[in-house]
Amino acid sequence: MSDPEVPPHTDDGQRVSPERPGVPPQADDWQRVSPKYVGVEIVSAAIGALVLCGITVPFIVLGTWFGWPALGLAVVIGVLNLAFAPRRVRSIGYRLRADDLVFRRGIMFHRRVSVPYGRMQLIDINRGPVARALGLAELKFVTAAAATGVSIPGLVESDADALRDRLVSLAESRRIGL
Amino acid sequence: MSGAPEVAGAGKAGRPDLADGEWHRLHPATPLLRGGIALIAVLGFALANFRERAVELLFGGPVPDDPFQTAYERGHLGWVGLALVVGLLVGIAGFYASWRMHTFRVGDDVVEVRSGILFRTHRRARLDRIQGVSIARPLFARIFGAAKLDISVAGQDAKVQLSYLGSTDADRLRREVLLLASGVQQSEADRTTVAAAADLSATAPGSAAAVAATGQADGIVHQRVRELLAPELDPSAAPPESVVRIPPGRLIGSLVLSGFTVALLVVGAIVVVASVTGRQELLVIILVPGVLAAGGYYFNRFTKSLRYSIAGTSDGVRIGYGLLSTSNDTLPPGRIHAVEVSQPLLWRPAGWWMIRINRAGAAGEASSQTSTTMLPVGTVDDVRRVLGLLLPGLAGEQTRELVLAGLVARKGGGFSAAPRRSWPYQPLSWRRTGSAITADAVLLRSGFVWRHLSIVPFARVQSLRLTRGPLHRALRLSELTVHTVAGPVRSNLPALDAEAADESFEAWARAAVRAAAADTAHRWAAHPQATAPDVQLAQTVAPEAPHADPIPPRPGGDPA
Repeated sequence: MSDPEVPPHTDDGQRVSPERPGVPPQADDWQRVSPKYVGVEIVSAAIGALVLCGITVPFIVLGTWFGWPALGLAVVIGVLNLAFAPRRVRSIGYRLRADDLVFRRGIMFHRRVSVPYGRMQLIDINRGPVARALGLAELKFVTAAAATGVSIPGLVESDADALRDRLVSLAESRRIGL
Repeated sequence: MSGAPEVAGAGKAGRPDLADGEWHRLHPATPLLRGGIALIAVLGFALANFRERAVELLFGGPVPDDPFQTAYERGHLGWVGLALVVGLLVGIAGFYASWRMHTFRVGDDVVEVRSGILFRTHRRARLDRIQGVSIARPLFARIFGAAKLDISVAGQDAKVQLSYLGSTDADRLRREVLLLASGVQQSEADRTTVAAAADLSATAPGSAAAVAATGQADGIVHQRVRELLAPELDPSAAPPESVVRIPPGRLIGSLVLSGFTVALLVVGAIVVVASVTGRQELLVIILVPGVLAAGGYYFNRFTKSLRYSIAGTSDGVRIGYGLLSTSNDTLPPGRIHAVEVSQPLLWRPAGWWMIRINRAGAAGEASSQTSTTMLPVGTVDDVRRVLGLLLPGLAGEQTRELVLAGLVARKGGGFSAAPRRSWPYQPLSWRRTGSAITADAVLLRSGFVWRHLSIVPFARVQSLRLTRGPLHRALRLSELTVHTVAGPVRSNLPALDAEAADESFEAWARAAVRAAAADTAHRWAAHPQATAPDVQLAQTVAPEAPHADPIPPRPGGDPA
């Protein structure tokens, strides 16, 4: 199914890598997102941790016995979350194969989605405040199935635009019905 | 095209062709049928209040207090009457104007509807995007010989609704819309329409024969009666015999053995216990409305599923329902995104199954319950016939075995199996959970107590997802999900061997791409390799009428 006119970083649709099951594929042909995206992850993890800690404050003020332990737990969770942010970002990857887009993310809850280009209904590009400050954008690939949920965060803005145009033209050349 | 001949014996003489690309209006009784209830309510209110006055005028006698009485005493009756009349006139004028402004047009590629008086709406739908055409005849409209034609396309609330049309006009328009959508050349479409129309007058088969014979007599009463008694499946466009019959007894049995009944019994037991232990008022408060509601539910479900019929036509599968208010739905080939055959525990002794589908544009609708149920209850044989209609690719001998294994086998039978260590996810059904693929579809089997078999044609797969959580990882398992458009069908396997899941993921992704590239179902009759419904499975189906040969011969019929 290899197609010469398609991008340099596609492969012939073979298995990802002969990895051991349970371990995310380590093959090199995965496109990674920008390392700067760690910044976005850290900010959102920090906000999450602050909110978590904030929830425990009333219990401490009220003097319940579990107030302080809860705060401790929240801090531990927050720190772990922060510590794993770079690892989490590294786990995000996508590949443009001859006829479909494969997307993966997650360490604890790993997931991998394959979407044929022709299934594209529309593509969104979103920029959050932090991502915008870092010059990043998120690309969302929408199909007729609501559950597909492929969104590639942490792309450099120009890359996101280029990728969108590529995906649109790929979808156009492989246009199929619903 | 303007010379399209009239439908002999079916339509009224001089009625123009509705699919000729010109603007047409709806049935003249439309305002009455749509706003009919409100109008009648106003009239009823007026009459109810005038009744006393009329009684008094005619016979003399006591007059109770009412608004008209007060008005009469003050000498304002004329004004009240005038206001009422003006109100009615304005209402009628409004309805009339909205009827005048509501027009539709069916061209070669699009169907368009314009409506609204102050806020104009103009909706266009491409014919090759049609997901289904359904004709509904609510009881009230049926009496007037009117029908509602819905042309649905994919998307939330995205349908072109023509309510109401004359009953025979609706049938004719559906045939023409489907022909135009199928990609058959226009001249052929005309010829086929003629042929089909000729069929209608020539071969009125089965139970319709007697009715149709008398139907030649003039008179609107005869016509109404004929339309009311006519079979739900238009004999010219569908083989006259439904491939499945549901005896009323089985339908009642399936309703009695439903989950609803179990819930009802539990609630009933609680109420009885509670009332026996001293709270008698509970009995009255809950029991009376409860019994009424339950009775209504059963009656509704029963009448809706009665007279169920399903048959393959050249333009897809047609499903008819309903006793008092009838509806029937045509699903062109390739519009079925996933099929699920399931069996609740209580149905198992009887060996009954139910078939539901995912289709684009049906999710979130009030009527989605019926529009996604393809077989309310049926035996394994019925399931096989219906599946053969819905997914012609499953008709082959081998795949038939596979489907049977998918339904009843406890393990194996050509399906991959989940490993024993997956029991935390599926304590009873791990042996049964598995998948199999045919040339053009993937079959997912699961459920020990509530058996499921989901079938997704590769050409309709939107995406695939493989998930692996912490517990999955510890047990070397993966979850595999096939995404299709929203609907009642669940298409995932909660736990598979991780390596097998990886392989399936890649293989299915490739198969989906291949199948989608080869798929031409959106113009199902324009390409010789289009997937026309295969009636080979259904022995009861009569061969297609010889007149209708402009439609390309069916390809899928080769015995595999």
